[in-house]
Amino acid sequence: MKMTPELINKHGIKPEEYNTIKKLLKREPNLLELGIFSAMWNEHCSYKSSKKYLKTLPTKNKKVIQGPGENAGIIDIGDNDALVFKIESHNHPSFIEPFQGAATGVGGILRDVFTMGARPIATLNSIHFGSHNNPKTKNLLNGVVSGIGSYGNCMGVPNVGGEVKFNDCYNENILVNAMAVGLVKKNKIFFSKAQGLNQPVIYVGSKTGRDGIHGASMASAEFDENSEEKKPTVQVGDPFTEKLLLEACLELMEDDSIISIQDMGAAGLTSSSVEMAAKGNLGIEINLDQVPCREDKMEPYEMMLSESQERMLLILKSGKEEKANKIFDKWNLDFSIIGKTTNTKKLILNFKNEEVANIPLTALSSDVPIYDRKWVKTASTKKVKKMENTKYLRLSEALKKILVSPNNSEKSWVWEQYDHTVMGDTIQKPGGDAAVVRVHQQKKGVAMTIDSSAHYCFADPTTGGKQVVCESWRNLISVGANPIAITNCLNFGNPEKEKIMGQFVESIDGISQACQYLDFPVVSGNVSFYNETHNKGIMPTPTIGGVGLIEDLNNMMTKSFKEINNYIYVVGKTSGHVYQSEFYRVVMNIKNGPPPDVNLFNEKNNGLAIKELILKKLLTSVHDISSGGIMVALAEMCISGKIGANIQMPKSNINMHEYLFGEDQSRYLIEVNKKNKKEVSDFLEKNSIFYELLGKTQNDSLKIEKEFEIKLSELTQLNTFWFKNYFKEN
Amino acid sequence: MKSAVIVFPGSNCDRDVAIALKKFKFENQMVWHNDLTLPKTDLVVLPGGFSYGDYLRCGCIASKSKIMSDVIQHSKRGGLVLGICNGFQVLIETGLLPGILLRNKKLKFLAKNVFLKILNLNNKFTSSYKKKKIITLPIAHNEGNYFANDNILKNLEDKNLIPFKYCDKNGNIKKEFNPNGSSNNIAGILNSEKNILGMMPHPERLIDPLLSGEDGSILFESLIGI
Repeated sequence: MKMTPELINKHGIKPEEYNTIKKLLKREPNLLELGIFSAMWNEHCSYKSSKKYLKTLPTKNKKVIQGPGENAGIIDIGDNDALVFKIESHNHPSFIEPFQGAATGVGGILRDVFTMGARPIATLNSIHFGSHNNPKTKNLLNGVVSGIGSYGNCMGVPNVGGEVKFNDCYNENILVNAMAVGLVKKNKIFFSKAQGLNQPVIYVGSKTGRDGIHGASMASAEFDENSEEKKPTVQVGDPFTEKLLLEACLELMEDDSIISIQDMGAAGLTSSSVEMAAKGNLGIEINLDQVPCREDKMEPYEMMLSESQERMLLILKSGKEEKANKIFDKWNLDFSIIGKTTNTKKLILNFKNEEVANIPLTALSSDVPIYDRKWVKTASTKKVKKMENTKYLRLSEALKKILVSPNNSEKSWVWEQYDHTVMGDTIQKPGGDAAVVRVHQQKKGVAMTIDSSAHYCFADPTTGGKQVVCESWRNLISVGANPIAITNCLNFGNPEKEKIMGQFVESIDGISQACQYLDFPVVSGNVSFYNETHNKGIMPTPTIGGVGLIEDLNNMMTKSFKEINNYIYVVGKTSGHVYQSEFYRVVMNIKNGPPPDVNLFNEKNNGLAIKELILKKLLTSVHDISSGGIMVALAEMCISGKIGANIQMPKSNINMHEYLFGEDQSRYLIEVNKKNKKEVSDFLEKNSIFYELLGKTQNDSLKIEKEFEIKLSELTQLNTFWFKNYFKEN
Repeated sequence: MKSAVIVFPGSNCDRDVAIALKKFKFENQMVWHNDLTLPKTDLVVLPGGFSYGDYLRCGCIASKSKIMSDVIQHSKRGGLVLGICNGFQVLIETGLLPGILLRNKKLKFLAKNVFLKILNLNNKFTSSYKKKKIITLPIAHNEGNYFANDNILKNLEDKNLIPFKYCDKNGNIKKEFNPNGSSNNIAGILNSEKNILGMMPHPERLIDPLLSGEDGSILFESLIGI
């Protein structure tokens, strides 16, 4: 077939990139080879726009066993236990086909985790939709939530936490970010790097079909009015097969038959075979006649580019084939020896006794073009004049408005569709500051949270990047965990635009600074660019998945108020920063202004103090203060604890609305029993930590002295109203 | 006391229930669905999960597994059989229990804690609930909406074969406290001989104070005879 500019363009390859390909091959590629280049050189697989900046992220600390570059990151949690975790986006497919797009997003991230030998113990997700008034939103939300549920529920992995947000900027580009966490013995970790010559290359799992062809390329381009036509590029998931694949892989991993293993995710057979061989500095030869196919007459091009789900590629120690085959046979899965490792440093594909592709592996790995894209600094947003009329705005009305707004509503409509208690170790369920899952049959627990702050990042990407890492850290602290490391999913628009690239560069800078300061490194992640439609991009949305350890679950903390007549303090300084707050956005309809400053020193100092107080058993509840400020945090503690609060405003020259709704960072609300009051205040003073007494817990209502009193039943009703009403349920 | 947990392809609460059984000192064995005979056992547990991916109909393909003929024999001999969630669906599909399990009323998967009222203490599974008759257990299912014709329902009610009904925290059994739309708020049923129990809620998930409750423990205590 003649290589025409149209054909090359259709593969998402730029003319200058095509010239490089010709130079690397010293000839024109054939169609199959062009497809393979397209799969490996697209943004999604190659990170060609982001690599330069990703390298600047801190990726190590004493606990990190495996940083970025493998199927997932790994951290040490003591006693020969390690946690394997990663987050990944499935944004583009989920917009085109919400159910399957979201379902296979979960399937893919679970495979990344069990590929490394870990049994998945939890999933989380961050999902962003357009305005609730957008006619597409209801269907997308419904589809995504059922898709996530259907896959995870069937796999029997608890879905323990997440976030659901709405904003106009996602009207034509929703975000579906899924995170999985697995548990592995430190001496039983499996990697993807191939080793040894003439070792058998094995294909296991589902058969290859014609679904998902060029999925990764789709995720590397903007949408337009023809996006609907991309439906065939969305994969179709089969969680049942994946459950079998999980059990079969873990069974085979019990001994040392496997040299290396990699799941077939984006760009399927192509990327898995190329990455394994390239990492091992070997060659790989595949006989495509041996690839199990779902349909008749599949061509090499289709086999290599299909993104059919639930497939794995293994390199076995030769001689172990029969034993491995038996296990996959027991689980009713395909098992086929499709090739071998070689010393050619080439990817060679044979089909019907003919060589159909021959590509040096470096051309698909180290020689992938890296771009140093132009970028511009994000202009700082101007502070508009503060609203002076807030004194006529009733505090109670403002609180009510925020509690019934979609972004601040209680999300049980979502997480009740996810099995969050299977595996019998979910200690802190969805709805808390962080989810907590017990390490099976031990006293320690894993704390996990997933967070994003697109508004902050849009207004100031550096500060926003810092803030979202801090929020993740704070959420882990709030449940009594020791924060260890993060995984990040960087959702941005088109990086070929200088402004977007600027948002990316600056966000990474912010993330990097906070990770460095808090000793909270990035161990895995994913970049999703081109979240754009008709030239309009999303707000920069870096999503952070944080993981920490609670050494003894008896020291776990929750946000629910526990008993009446306890003292309530705010820890950390309140200055009343209301720009970019829920209060300004939802109640005052003001969208300009900078996000709250992030002071990393205070963040760390305050957080470590809270952690210490929890360990000393001096606190009865802790909640981090984030969106909605002190007021919303109080309401949430009341609602979840079914205990009220009586608040006397501290003497302050800050306007009351700003004090209660400001979103200053590094703050926590704590509940302290009378008997510990002195010890807590002494401790905070000794550590030079700013704190103020807010009031006391009480029965039945949330009261701000001289302002308002709302019954708990009304607060709860307000907070759960929106989702029920949106889906017209009783 | 000996127990056997059947593992079907797609079972995913098999480990959880095995751990619960061990905690209450059962000598437990896992049994693969393709085996032809059960080991010597007093209790057979069909665990929750998505056997065969819930394809065709929940529990349908599993009900035709090789091991099931021996499970049926075991039950005919008076041996105890407990089906939880997907296990309940399998029991219905084998015909060991009457009725059917439809999709939930709201057509959505539902995972939450529910209140249950214990209505029969006179059987091997629930006798220890005499100390606590209103309990909390988690449900997690898409097809738990129990449905049967009037004759079957009347028989179940008349013979007191419904040990669990959905209720509120005070034990009021009303439609509004029914999470999935099941007939008569049914959450679990016994066969006439009361040696087979099928239930949608998961007792194996609440056996530990850290898991916010131990109401599930009482079922295992009943079985082991504490």
